[in-house]
Amino acid sequence: MSPEFPKKVRSDLNPSRVLTFRIDGRDVSARADESILIVARQNGIAIPTLCHLDGLSERGACRLCIVEIKGSARLQPACVTYPRQDMEVVTTSERVVAYRRKILELLFTERNHVCSVCVSNGHCELQDLAVELGVSHVRYPYLYPGYPVDASHERFCVDHNRCVLCLRCVRVCDEIEGAHTWDVMGRGITSQVIIDLNQPWGTSETCTSCGKCVQVCPTGALTEKGRSVAEISRRRRFLPYLQMMRERRDER
Amino acid sequence: MNRLRLATTWLDGCSGCHMSLLDLDEALLDILAGVEMVYGPLVDVKDFPARADVTLVEGAVGSEADRRHILEIRERTGILVSFGDCAVTANVPAMRNRFPVEAVIARAYVDNADRHPAAGDGAAAERPAFAFTGVPRLCPTARPVHEFVPVDVFVPGCPPAAAVIAWLLTELVAGRTPEIGGRSRFGA
Amino acid sequence: MILHSEDLHRIARDEQDRRDGFRHQVHVCMAAGCLSCGSGEVKQALEAEVARRGLAGRCQVKGVGCLGLCAAGPLVAVDDGATRYQGVQAADAAAIVDALGGSPVERLRCSGDMAFFQRQTRIVTENCGRIDPERIEEYIAAAGYHGLHRALTGMSRQEVIDEVGHSGLRGRGGAGFPAGLKWTAVAKAGDSLKFVICNADEGDPGAFMDRSVLESDPHRVIEGMAIAGYAIGASQGFIYVRAEYPLAVKRVRHALAQAERLGLLGNGIFHTPFTFHIKVRLGAGAFVCGEETALIASIEGRMGRPRPRPPFPAEFGLWEHPTLINNVETFANVAPIIRNGAAWFSAIGTEKSRGTKVFALAGKVVNTGLIEVPMGTTLRDIVFEIGGGIPGGRRFKAVQTGGPSGGCIPSQFLDMPVDYESLAQVGSIMGSGGMIVIDDSACMVDVARFFMEFCMTESCGKCVPCRVGTRQIHDLLARITAGQATPADQATLEDLCDLVRHTSLCGLGQSSPNPVLTTLKYFRDEYHAHIHERRCLAGACSAAGEVV
Repeated sequence: MSPEFPKKVRSDLNPSRVLTFRIDGRDVSARADESILIVARQNGIAIPTLCHLDGLSERGACRLCIVEIKGSARLQPACVTYPRQDMEVVTTSERVVAYRRKILELLFTERNHVCSVCVSNGHCELQDLAVELGVSHVRYPYLYPGYPVDASHERFCVDHNRCVLCLRCVRVCDEIEGAHTWDVMGRGITSQVIIDLNQPWGTSETCTSCGKCVQVCPTGALTEKGRSVAEISRRRRFLPYLQMMRERRDER
Repeated sequence: MNRLRLATTWLDGCSGCHMSLLDLDEALLDILAGVEMVYGPLVDVKDFPARADVTLVEGAVGSEADRRHILEIRERTGILVSFGDCAVTANVPAMRNRFPVEAVIARAYVDNADRHPAAGDGAAAERPAFAFTGVPRLCPTARPVHEFVPVDVFVPGCPPAAAVIAWLLTELVAGRTPEIGGRSRFGA
Repeated sequence: MILHSEDLHRIARDEQDRRDGFRHQVHVCMAAGCLSCGSGEVKQALEAEVARRGLAGRCQVKGVGCLGLCAAGPLVAVDDGATRYQGVQAADAAAIVDALGGSPVERLRCSGDMAFFQRQTRIVTENCGRIDPERIEEYIAAAGYHGLHRALTGMSRQEVIDEVGHSGLRGRGGAGFPAGLKWTAVAKAGDSLKFVICNADEGDPGAFMDRSVLESDPHRVIEGMAIAGYAIGASQGFIYVRAEYPLAVKRVRHALAQAERLGLLGNGIFHTPFTFHIKVRLGAGAFVCGEETALIASIEGRMGRPRPRPPFPAEFGLWEHPTLINNVETFANVAPIIRNGAAWFSAIGTEKSRGTKVFALAGKVVNTGLIEVPMGTTLRDIVFEIGGGIPGGRRFKAVQTGGPSGGCIPSQFLDMPVDYESLAQVGSIMGSGGMIVIDDSACMVDVARFFMEFCMTESCGKCVPCRVGTRQIHDLLARITAGQATPADQATLEDLCDLVRHTSLCGLGQSSPNPVLTTLKYFRDEYHAHIHERRCLAGACSAAGEVV
């Protein structure tokens, strides 16, 4: 098994090159290997994200960070798009804001996100995004799929009904912990994250029980046992630190 | 000035949103000065009036009776408010949606019943089938109100906080159609 | 063994002599379509009949690739197409052998002798139905590997690229990107390690062009890839072919072994420093692996899911090295271009779409099969002349091109020339060449639903708009065909199509709404009837008619 994302950094981007471009009319400067998302955040310009997490590889999959680039008809995800000299990026046009809202609504229809009885209620990135994007209701029919809850691990629990398939768990397990216990099976609307070869979590021989997956989960899909509604909190500060240490090791 | 003809109703929900409305405490008095309650669980009126300016709908549409009720309400209401998560998202009532209605009924009224009158106390062997006599028939799934009728204002929250409801009613009394924006959220 | 040019000519000459020794040639189609209806038994019976009569030295019975008219298989061609027989059974062997040199067996004679065969222009399929795909000698005798020889011994890398560029050849996999440009980009990429990939993951419903080419003339693709490898500076190629094409896989592997044995693949080809190897990689049935970045991931052993571009494979491809990906038909055009020159190729077709295009003609059309026509041929010619029109006395309604990423083209565009630009103008795409003819018994909403179901189940699930959007669109279409939809549902449908089209990660998602958008545009009345009158104009949707 191997992950879907390449591990190497892009060789076509020159980190020693510095350029200037514009985000929402503001002049900003960037290194050629910094994504539009990174540069926007450095300059205090918020772009909503879901699959992105500092310290993990990028997927460009949730499409919430799409931005407009003047002169290009196609919308681009800010997390995997790199600036060019004099590029003009628009992050909050009516068009992209409307698209982001619809994408978020689609996510809400996909599984059973019953916020009121969720361990993550009040600490959930999906909820926060709904507020941020002004989603007060969902215009598309809910799909109400039937997904299981796996509580076979002694400390952790996975509730697929609340999974948004951001694959942060898969990435952190592979890229940071190095265990690659998580992966994803199926395709399309039937995609699902799995433990090893789709077995109960408690029977996994590769899981180190480090809990990193639980810490990075944006919703209530991965939780610690013993927490009730709205009781979970996530600790993620270890991630950029571990990544930094790893990069230093690579340099040696 | 005419007072706002306000109706409230309670479909497939827990009444928590109505409780939150009552949580306004003394602020309720100020708001009620501009309001005439024409229908709802809080007032003793049997039939939905011919006309309401605003109706707050709590709960999902989970039964045939809910469905008929919401269609009637929509016809007779100016501004329809989806009031709370069950109305907006179907929320907890929708957790039954992945099971067949018969299985849900059996679990609630047969499997979990400690008394089966037909079989005598304590006798679990005889498990009578549930019949929809005298109670509304459940729809196959519980669904949000706006899947049945157009909704004008959405107020998510489980339940929406009293302060949000106060703001909402103040806006409505003032003749405005409020946008909830980020004032409340799913699960709040 | 490494060939010199004299060896190539000797093999060709020997093969010609061998063929000239026979007075009659009986070609039996051994491509997947005919094999499935018994052409293998027909071939055995013909061989037995020839042997029984002691004609073995005078009459050659040969298995060949696709004869084109798949609807009428098993097909047999006598004396290089002078007579064609259809629906041949083993029991007909004696009659066919009897008729050799005399008047043909009328009851078996191909009714499509006329337009279907005569209106075609064959470049890619020039050897289909003529040579035995399992014998490299026959390919060499048909000028095979002469293009590679010419490129390696008489042309610089730049000259090869220029020749392809000047020919005007555009990618035949769907988007029609100019091949010369792509080759130049990979050639210029600064990396000592580069790759050539042949995309044979043909997955569109109703499309079988690439399968037929690989089954009928695998060496043509190998030669094209080798020429490309020389031009861009790659020494390793991969053919990514779907496992659902076992016969194509078998013949490609066989052809690779033959080419290696003759030194046409390997080290120092034609005694030049050029080295080229090709490996076969099997796809595991995911449609999305036809998308180039997903295909690359699949070859690397990772999950076959697309990644955002840029970077494009031309600079950041297989194992992060510059990679040229072209489709089967594109590579199949390369050797003839090198052999005959860019001017010869660019004289065929239209100004912006040069050459020919192979189409898999399917659906409600008399002559189902594989055809090759010059770019710019009208749809009317393809459907009514070559295709023989609509069977069963029904009326033409639309033609669907480009598979699930394409669109439905109605009758008012029948006189439109088929080229990349014209198809795009009416909301469809060339795609890889699937062409499904739809008659008036079909409901266009249901057609759109069918294609959306395909996209929904084939979505890889990586990006949200495609993963959930295709499901929501499919459900809406199902509601419409069931007669349960409201006017608001149609608005939601259009809204979601717009979303999926503009925000999906890869081409599969971005183009998946095309069948819906084109049917909404050209057959809006059918949507209207389902939604407002609860009826299906074609009478095809069973549930419509019940007012809910």
